[in-house]
Amino acid sequence: MEMTAAAQLTNVMKTLADPTRRAVFERIAREGEVAATGLVKGSKVSQPAVSQHLRALRDAGLVMERRDGRHIHYRVAPKGLAPLVDWLGHYRTFWNERFENLEKLLKETE
Amino acid sequence: MSDTHAITIEKVLPYKPEKIWRTLTSSEMVARWLMPNDFVAEVGRRFNFRTKPMGDWDGVVDCEVLAADPPLLLRYSWKGGSDANPAYGSRLNSTVTWTLTPVEGGTHLKMVHDGFVFPGNRFAFDAMSPGWGRVLDRIGELTAEG
Repeated sequence: MEMTAAAQLTNVMKTLADPTRRAVFERIAREGEVAATGLVKGSKVSQPAVSQHLRALRDAGLVMERRDGRHIHYRVAPKGLAPLVDWLGHYRTFWNERFENLEKLLKETE
Repeated sequence: MSDTHAITIEKVLPYKPEKIWRTLTSSEMVARWLMPNDFVAEVGRRFNFRTKPMGDWDGVVDCEVLAADPPLLLRYSWKGGSDANPAYGSRLNSTVTWTLTPVEGGTHLKMVHDGFVFPGNRFAFDAMSPGWGRVLDRIGELTAEG
């Protein structure tokens, strides 16, 4: 399924807007790879809620699953946060260029 | 931890604050280095920057002068873009602040574009916070490995 860049960005932002889900995501990122059961053990969130957050993270392309027998392990998808980084990156580039213009103009008007 | 993310650019320039202030506040000068505009450096004054339309955004940035303390501080709001656009044309409700500090040999010029807020207002994109820093580091490592 191919999403537009805008839809991807919105999707990532909406998915991470939930603090509990974000905590799950941060924990996966911190630990490298975690089994779903391990995530439930270490948190105050119920098993169905954790499953729902994992599904949302997976659907947004933020985490990847690996099945190992009855267990499912999760790890961060390397390009999952790329839409966010791109958004700020565009503005950073924009301002860097404008800053250079500003310096050039100051020099010209000396 | 803040709810917004900012872009900061700063540099010491070999000019007096007054000269830089003119370049930051003269509408004609601003058009030459930033964008076409109808800017006037008066607090409360509304003005626009005009750039290329993108998607369903008409390319107009709505601004208001929030602070003007010549030649040291200039702040304006910066609103525009569309939810339907990615990256540069996406919706923004933000503030741009210019700070000029006289230093030896010139002026320390600092620009902060603040207000990259994410939908829901609860999502703190804070790459500088330890948690997010680690997440981004980890993603960097994974990307390098992959």
